[in-house]
Amino acid sequence: MENIAPQLYTLLVFMVVGSIIAIETKNLLSAVISVSAVGFALSIAFLFLGAPDIAITQLVVEVLVLIILIRGTILLDNTAIEKGRDTLAMVASLIFFGMLLGFGALIFGSTGFPAFGEPLMRVSKVYVQTGLPATYAANIVASIILDFRAYDTLGEATVLFASILGALAILRRTGKAGEEVVSA
Amino acid sequence: MTVYFLCAVLLTMGLYCLVAKKNIVKKVIGLVIMDYAVNLYLIIVGYKKGGVAPVIERGMNSSMLERFVDPLPQALVLTSIVIGLGVLALMVAMCIRIYERHGTFDMSQISKLRG
Repeated sequence: MENIAPQLYTLLVFMVVGSIIAIETKNLLSAVISVSAVGFALSIAFLFLGAPDIAITQLVVEVLVLIILIRGTILLDNTAIEKGRDTLAMVASLIFFGMLLGFGALIFGSTGFPAFGEPLMRVSKVYVQTGLPATYAANIVASIILDFRAYDTLGEATVLFASILGALAILRRTGKAGEEVVSA
Repeated sequence: MTVYFLCAVLLTMGLYCLVAKKNIVKKVIGLVIMDYAVNLYLIIVGYKKGGVAPVIERGMNSSMLERFVDPLPQALVLTSIVIGLGVLALMVAMCIRIYERHGTFDMSQISKLRG
């Protein structure tokens, strides 16, 4: 695919609109569905950007995100936000974040930032050239994850394990001490 | 450059939702949107014009290797997406426990109950 700009812009505008709906809607269930639509659009955008591994992972993770968020909202009693908005705080924070975006665009636009479609491949050139002879993996992404940068992957797996452990510790019904008291 | 700007818009909208909203599920949604924006930005930085996915096929010569998109951000984003899922599970678990204890998702009412 030579020119992917129209598809990418369409998907990005869809994502921005979906995020606005997710942020501003009153019903929590609609917000969850909207943010999930944004995630599926992100998966298609990864597919256009030449990252099929990321697209598949994002698709699977997005389904799990939808399930987890719906579990967090729908089984509870009220899923609607009944209170009105604080207009002054909303306007003030919108002005602040607008200024943040404007100044950020000015700073990033003036420095030597790599243009779209011309990446700095100083490190990756070595990986692409030596990936097949050094690791015998046809997929360069897999060879980087599991061989060239395996220690990074180990650290990230540790973070994932710690977060899942924390979620299980929070969601556990009774602690160890409580069980001993009940059995005694 | 417009692609980067739209990514920044997405990130700023997530930050706004994280800071300005009072409902804690809305705050979680804001963090998820920021996660999406950062992942998309990293992949876009590594995109090469007319690039193909970095998978070597049979019969490829070395000039085809020059057309690959940058595989390094893809490798790092792949684990970042899964970590985002783990962090989301942790946050939703906290939300469920807060709702069971206080009966509401509203930050201002929770702090009022705390005294």
